[in-house]
Amino acid sequence: MDPLALIISVAQIAAVIALLNGVLTTLGDAKIAVAAIEAIARQPEAAGSVTSNMFIGMAFAETSGIYGLLVAIILLFANPLIPIYLANAA
Amino acid sequence: MDFNNKVLHVFHLFGVEIWLTQTIVNTWAIMAALTLFALAVRILLRRFKPVPAGFQNAVELAVEAFGSVVRNAVGEKYMYLGNWFFMVFAFILASNLSGVLGLRPPTADFATTFALALATFVLIQVIGFTQRKGKYLKSFFEPIFIFFPLNLLGELARPVSLSFRLFGNVLAGMILLGLVYQLPIYLRFVIPAAAHAIFDVFFGALQTYVFCVLSLSFIGAAAKQAGE
Repeated sequence: MDPLALIISVAQIAAVIALLNGVLTTLGDAKIAVAAIEAIARQPEAAGSVTSNMFIGMAFAETSGIYGLLVAIILLFANPLIPIYLANAA
Repeated sequence: MDFNNKVLHVFHLFGVEIWLTQTIVNTWAIMAALTLFALAVRILLRRFKPVPAGFQNAVELAVEAFGSVVRNAVGEKYMYLGNWFFMVFAFILASNLSGVLGLRPPTADFATTFALALATFVLIQVIGFTQRKGKYLKSFFEPIFIFFPLNLLGELARPVSLSFRLFGNVLAGMILLGLVYQLPIYLRFVIPAAAHAIFDVFFGALQTYVFCVLSLSFIGAAAKQAGE
């Protein structure tokens, strides 16, 4: 097998695995949204501050999802292994 | 498809290479637009009415809404931070929305977001140290001194996570829009407009708000942990 093709295909599989953490990230976001909706249903007058706190909490919960996304983007579009291989092959 | 930051021109100044990238050009364009807008607001509001009406009403609404966000996050004592963060807010919002015009958003470059997050980091350290002096340094050794490396890492991770959050969202939106524009021609009528509305306008505005509010609450936590 062509080593470059092997590197690229493994990188694509790794990118898919890195994106899989979106499942748990979305689950965490959903839990935050459920808690916020329950809080608003109990205390409708606090809806404004609950909503802004919900967005901040969601941004925190999404951090690991964003990291996985960046890893996937780097693997797909700026893979550091390909220049190393090309330099060694030349 | 190429999502990289294109280098438009390379200057040679005193033996140093200076790269003129898309990000720099777009940043200057956005800065010029914001400056012109600020000048226009200043000229339009030269005669300040005690009872606001029309355009003055809209400007006062924006400034007061941001002021209340700052007051909730850091308190009355640090209201001067609102000036800097309103500028950051306007700049990030304008650069995220510039994706609608087909420009490459400057916030899709890690250098821009890291510079903004580094400014927040410096503000956290300077305000924390000037407000609480030795107590701020002592807070790195709590609960006991063994936790110093962990506290230090947590402090250094803040600008990284702050900048990666904004950068990742904007870059992912840009790449998804690039993929949407590769659709077959009969699918290219409504879908790109909806994608722009979601990724550029909604997520752009949300991440701008999150960046400013998180920075403000970090600064507020550093300034008054002593139980005030």
